[in-house]
Amino acid sequence: MTDIAATGALPKPKRDILPVLLPAILALAMLPLIGSGSSWVTLTVASLAMGMMIFIMASGLTLVFGLMDVLNFGHGAFISVGAYVATLVLLPLAPYAQADSLLTNLAVLAPAALLSMAVSGALGLVVERVLILPVYGQHLKQILMTTGGLIVAEQALYALWGPQIIPLPLPTSLRGSFIIGDIAIAKYRVLAMLVGLVVFAGIQLVLNRTKIGLLIRAGVENREMVEALGYRIRRLFLGVFMTGSGLAGLGGVMWALYREQVHASMGNDLTVLVFIVVIIGGLGSIGGCFIGALLVAMVANYGGFLVPKLALVSNILLMVAILMWRPRGLYAVTSR
Amino acid sequence: MMILSGDPPRSRVLSILLVVIIAALAVTPLVFPGAKAMNVATKICIFAALVASYDLLLGYTGSVSFAHTMFYGIGSYSIAIALYSMGPNWAAVASGVVIGLPLAMLLALGIGLFSLRVEAIFFAMITLAVASAFLVLASQLSWLTGGEDGRSFQLPELLRPGTVLISKDLIGFELNGRVLTYYLIFIASAAMILALLRVVNSPFGRVLQAIRENRFRAEALGFRTVFHLTYANCLAALVAASAGMLNALWLRYAGPDTSLSFSIMLDILLMVVIGGMGTIYGAIIGAAIFTLAQNYLQALMGAASNAAADAGLPLLPGLLHPDRWLLWLGLLFIASVYFFPTGVVGRLRNPPRRPS
Repeated sequence: MTDIAATGALPKPKRDILPVLLPAILALAMLPLIGSGSSWVTLTVASLAMGMMIFIMASGLTLVFGLMDVLNFGHGAFISVGAYVATLVLLPLAPYAQADSLLTNLAVLAPAALLSMAVSGALGLVVERVLILPVYGQHLKQILMTTGGLIVAEQALYALWGPQIIPLPLPTSLRGSFIIGDIAIAKYRVLAMLVGLVVFAGIQLVLNRTKIGLLIRAGVENREMVEALGYRIRRLFLGVFMTGSGLAGLGGVMWALYREQVHASMGNDLTVLVFIVVIIGGLGSIGGCFIGALLVAMVANYGGFLVPKLALVSNILLMVAILMWRPRGLYAVTSR
Repeated sequence: MMILSGDPPRSRVLSILLVVIIAALAVTPLVFPGAKAMNVATKICIFAALVASYDLLLGYTGSVSFAHTMFYGIGSYSIAIALYSMGPNWAAVASGVVIGLPLAMLLALGIGLFSLRVEAIFFAMITLAVASAFLVLASQLSWLTGGEDGRSFQLPELLRPGTVLISKDLIGFELNGRVLTYYLIFIASAAMILALLRVVNSPFGRVLQAIRENRFRAEALGFRTVFHLTYANCLAALVAASAGMLNALWLRYAGPDTSLSFSIMLDILLMVVIGGMGTIYGAIIGAAIFTLAQNYLQALMGAASNAAADAGLPLLPGLLHPDRWLLWLGLLFIASVYFFPTGVVGRLRNPPRRPS
């Protein structure tokens, strides 16, 4: 009789660590090229902050695709809607936003961000029911429908708010920089990094420590099996879609404050960036999306500093390089 | 039948419609020599060819590309830059063609080999990214492309409006360089559409349709699907670039707004969907309907907007403003994808049966 019982411990699942190290390697490799340590720190902080904002916008998109195989080309609409809704709160309450007190400023910013998230989340509900439900499972029509949705949303914003750029100044206490020695770090970037980390940690906690997260991860892995076990995956999907839309709205507010202006075309511009991030990260992977966002932001910042002309196409070059290395993105989650 | 590659319109109404459109386009310079009518007719010709080439991708292979305007723009810009830098002569036109077409094809080959390996959805996203990078490049490299202003240039002597070949008193209308350019565009567009009709009805076209219906099965039958898809992508890019060249010849100008912008991509998508995907004929119908509506309905919107403003209605003047034309277009687009996925041609070929 042969002994088939396992003797040793089970082999540990192989951890794919290289993509995680990639941003750090890139940052360190750039240090000698940039030369001055203080500008390196500034650039690195800038790219971390920018990466976090892009991650917030992209996270919903990648989860929605992973879970339901739905690619929302209208994701950018939620970004611009979020930014516009924030102006509804921030502009009338401008005296409070310009008051020289961190507490008052945050007391205005927080409701603005929450309202934006709520409105874009609600819009997500409408989009899912009206545009995506009828063409569920048909990629071609999904792309066409959501592209149409993006156009309608952008034009509706123009019709409601007018085509001009709306200036959105940063609250007083978030302007300026912390200065440590000869290193200057913009205050708003620190806030953006904090918010991004909180969102990332929140998503990871929900995905890895709750039952809903377990179901989402199972759904990404095998949708039919989850359905067969009696869970209503459509409702789960609707929840993920609304959360993703809400996060896109939050990202929109943060981006608008970062640029200190709001315009309906920002959704369109950011869609491309968000797509690149999602492709680089591997469709459906939150971790990959996080790393992809950091990489894109780093390449944009370092590239803009070292070779300004290259910055125009640096994202495409990064995407090409990553896809040459791993054709399905850094972390290929789905088997599709 | 030979000239239609054995793929006739297969519907009496559709045949009549096509004959009417083509006949109207053929006689436009004789009957409506005004500038606006000529511009509309030219736009229909050029877009019919451009949309037909997009239909080869969208309708026959089922892959959504957002880079079609990029190829259109490459064609426009190559003619414009060549004529701008080399002066108005035929050598410049020829070198524009010789540089533009291979450039478009190589780019299409690169994108195809790179992104068609994996999935249709990858292709859509990557073309969107590449096209937007190209748009930024075209508006930034102003030493070459003239930046946001674009490049205006002069045509060779023969094609200029001032060149009168046959004067008005001889045959009843004036045959000038402008009319000659129009017929050049008309014939070139017709030739491209017929060539595309030939492509989709060849064995190669059948393979494309097989890939559209079930890529996995087509692969199992032994077809190298990446090769077929990339080939189709290159063909479509070639036709799009040629259409762009015709467009530049007509406008005597190439700029980001007329040849590269995202709204042209949307126009193309709309024309394909309205006309009917996967039919080639749909391109002619879609281009005609859409261009006529765009040129003559916008005026109507302006009038309605003013009327609403006079009546003191809230919100409506903004929504009906001619600049918000895209809003209604987008709604129309969603509605037609949802309710008429087969478009005008599909409807005419297979009319919905009435419940008896």
